Amino acid sequence: MAEINKNEVDIVIGAVNADLTQFLSSWRPFFSGFHLIVVKDPELKDELNIPDGFDVDVYSKTDMEKVVGASNSSMFSGYSCRYFGYLISKKKYIVSIDDDCVPAKDPKGFLVDAVSQHVNNLEKPATPLFFNTLYDPYTEGADFVRGYPFSLREGVPCAASCGLWLNLADLDAPTQALKTEQRNTTYVDAVLTVPLKAMLPISGINIAFNRELVGPALVPALRLAGEGKVRWETLEDVWCGMCLKHISDHLGYGVKTGLPYVWRNERGDAVESLRKKWEGMKLMEKSVPFFESLKLPETALKVEDCVIELAKAVKEQLGSEDAAFTQAADAMVKWVQLWNSVNSSE
Amino acid sequence: MVDPANTVGIPVNPTPLLKDELDIVIPTIRNLDFLETWRPFLQPYHLIIVQDGDPTKKIHVPEGYDYELYNRNDINRILGPKASCISFKDSACRCFGYMVSKKKYIFTIDDDCFVAKDPAGKAVNALEQHIKNLLCPSTPLFFNTLYEPYREGADFVRGYPFSLREGVSTAVSHGLWLNIPDYDAPTQLVKPKERNTRYVDAVMTIPKGTLFPMCGMNLAFDRDLIGPAMYFGLMGDGQPIGRYDDMWAGWCIKVICDHLGLGVKTGLPYIYHSKASNPFVNLKKEYKGIFWQEEIIPFFQNAKLSKEAITVQQCYIELSKMVKEKLSALDPYFEKLADAMVTWIEAWDELNPPAGAAANGKA
Repeated sequence: MAEINKNEVDIVIGAVNADLTQFLSSWRPFFSGFHLIVVKDPELKDELNIPDGFDVDVYSKTDMEKVVGASNSSMFSGYSCRYFGYLISKKKYIVSIDDDCVPAKDPKGFLVDAVSQHVNNLEKPATPLFFNTLYDPYTEGADFVRGYPFSLREGVPCAASCGLWLNLADLDAPTQALKTEQRNTTYVDAVLTVPLKAMLPISGINIAFNRELVGPALVPALRLAGEGKVRWETLEDVWCGMCLKHISDHLGYGVKTGLPYVWRNERGDAVESLRKKWEGMKLMEKSVPFFESLKLPETALKVEDCVIELAKAVKEQLGSEDAAFTQAADAMVKWVQLWNSVNSSE
Repeated sequence: MVDPANTVGIPVNPTPLLKDELDIVIPTIRNLDFLETWRPFLQPYHLIIVQDGDPTKKIHVPEGYDYELYNRNDINRILGPKASCISFKDSACRCFGYMVSKKKYIFTIDDDCFVAKDPAGKAVNALEQHIKNLLCPSTPLFFNTLYEPYREGADFVRGYPFSLREGVSTAVSHGLWLNIPDYDAPTQLVKPKERNTRYVDAVMTIPKGTLFPMCGMNLAFDRDLIGPAMYFGLMGDGQPIGRYDDMWAGWCIKVICDHLGLGVKTGLPYIYHSKASNPFVNLKKEYKGIFWQEEIIPFFQNAKLSKEAITVQQCYIELSKMVKEKLSALDPYFEKLADAMVTWIEAWDELNPPAGAAANGKA
């Protein structure tokens, strides 16, 4: 893989668990040399435990409130704490990994450098306008196949790199509860661009993005009424991903999926999570036709404008369906305000 | 570097799926020696061999295979004047095999494609994987980040809408190739030594609204669902273009599948592609296509079929009209092609009358 410029990257970790020793120690070979932003879930009471030897800035509730005000810190509770890191970062690329994931091993037994793979994905073009059957055409040993139009071979800028998970895959509670023993053991050696207009569920567990390109589009907006501290009880990242993909499509950017893998540790109880009334299902069903038919105005050329327009549409078309959507729309508007005020001094 | 699998000693599949419902269509101009190595996986199935080129040449079919063989004389005899739609001196002639088949499923493979090995070194039964792909649903309306959700060990990820988890019927299974990749001539010239050694262990549905380059080397489809749209165009002898037969079919079937709510999958299985064709010869064949595809792609991306087009044939005829209307300006070839598309459908319907229709004594 090509050498990456570490100064262009911030690694943002949302700390939902207090003890980050195992997490950071296992990532040390791949995090060293990078600047880390650790954001503590404002609802987490315990002190964070962070091992030495990292170039790290830690943000807790008090720090958040200094920047966004006391009334807005709730926007960053739970898994959404990582978005605060995205907000205050000054770097071009963000790599964000859940604190219950460690490096995975590839089929040859080597530990996967997820950070480098993500940045490489982000630096190389994406190809959303035509599907390449050999997947990433820019990777070593591959290329565009016969029949791929030449005018489309330059690709477009890559906005996001969505990685995957071995062991505990990002399945929803009903699925994991039904298949309690199922673990993901299949290593699919591919990166591919998700085509234009195709919708997908983007997971926040292992993700990277070009902050300069699409930063404001990563919106901490949709909060489930019973949102919990396990991924089975959240949908914030999936909603964020739907917005991000739609905006990327609109602006002519690409979203990649596939490598890198991380290894996701055992945590939580899917059956237990299932007991909570899972409204996420309902919200997703309503979201799909909305995004499918949504057309952002041609005049929305900046990411911030796209988010505002999207929020407007959410309020108009989904607001009456569920209060969660109205709240999401409001949060999206607030997010853009915060983004502009925090980043305007640049 | 990768090698093909050595299948000596592998017993013939005792439980061949869809044995009486699938035909294997193979175009050939030289020989069918490659079928020796495919015995364990393909011998139980019926072959339809379409012999291109000199009809007087005798093609030897390895012992033990059950087959029907058609050369150019047969094609002319069976189709009469409609034979003009079937290419000559190009593997595009294979689509004649699709037309004469009476089975529900087709698997088509090139005669320079051998059995691949998976990363564990095991011989890949490509046909079995194609059948699995065709028999389980596709998911074109929402992309699953863990790829084929119905595979062992996989599932739909968190956030995947439950209303879309039943999927839709799968019309096409597009396989891939290890060793010699399916590159166009310019790429072959620039990278003559590149070999595909990456085994990507995934099957995925190509999302609705997305076009792709469909390669005919390792392909299977449901003839009942999409057969009439699998016309491989006018290529080869007397035509200004070659090596775009499968591409053309791929664009047509994808537009029609999207319209009819059918799925197209790509990924596994791999075969081992052994022969690199001459890039200079290829360049001459592809030359016009390289320019034309710049117009053709937007044409297909914008093609909208009417609500009234509810059968594959209706969709295809509509498409042929659009081709004539919009692409003839590009080159008169497309007017010929549009006519050939209609001829193809007429021939298809003649050879495949709907069940219950009186037989007309046609060949």
